[in-house]
Amino acid sequence: MEYELLNGRLTVRVPRELDDHSAKELKEEIDRKLEEQWIRTLIFDFSDTGFMDSSGIGMILGRYKKVSYGGGKVEAIHLNERIRQMMRLSGLCQVIRLEKGGARKDGK
Amino acid sequence: MESNHMKLIFDSVSANEGFARVAVAAFMTQLNPTVEEVADVKTAVSEAVTNCIIHGYGGKVSSIEIRCEISGRELIVDVCDSGVGIEDVRAAMEPLFTTKPELERSGMGFAFMEAFMDELQVTSEPNQGTTVHMKKKIGAGMQWED
Repeated sequence: MEYELLNGRLTVRVPRELDDHSAKELKEEIDRKLEEQWIRTLIFDFSDTGFMDSSGIGMILGRYKKVSYGGGKVEAIHLNERIRQMMRLSGLCQVIRLEKGGARKDGK
Repeated sequence: MESNHMKLIFDSVSANEGFARVAVAAFMTQLNPTVEEVADVKTAVSEAVTNCIIHGYGGKVSSIEIRCEISGRELIVDVCDSGVGIEDVRAAMEPLFTTKPELERSGMGFAFMEAFMDELQVTSEPNQGTTVHMKKKIGAGMQWED
């Protein structure tokens, strides 16, 4: 997993395909980071991600619960339109902050 | 394209989720789908297969069968397992309903299948298994010259 930690902001680079298979691994790695230190903002960077299903929604919601328990926030950036739509349909967009549309230049 | 069929049988392991959705996506290319339509089908197949693995078989390795049919401009996909089955299909299909919150399941699987396909039917018998039957018209948004 690629990540960057700066001033309590942890940015996680989400893999190309976020499904049940890849979500399990990502979840473990993020949780390890969350245990090591207090994270004020957890940022999911979807720059590389072309595919996500409901397993991704569940994984993000689970991390949101952990981070918000400690008073932190969760954000998602560089989303494609489909992933944004899925976050809206599931209501996830009500608890995590989504970057405004049109930020991705690759058209994925 | 008049009609065409294919059948896939594979193990219920999470590494096959990607394989299953890509295989169905490859099969449907003969209908000249848009990028959007391919993404819709991939999401729906991924949801159905994940359900078989997590709920149908509860992590136990067994077989999942996918049957695909092209009929005219319609793609029909059946995803079947012979796992535990669903007692109350209607409740299971409610958005946010999940029997496995401890596994961080979002309860959005059927809702996404419904949102991204034209038709969704679920038949299930406790201890017999579950079949998810989905249909989607490909090229529905396209305009054709006569």
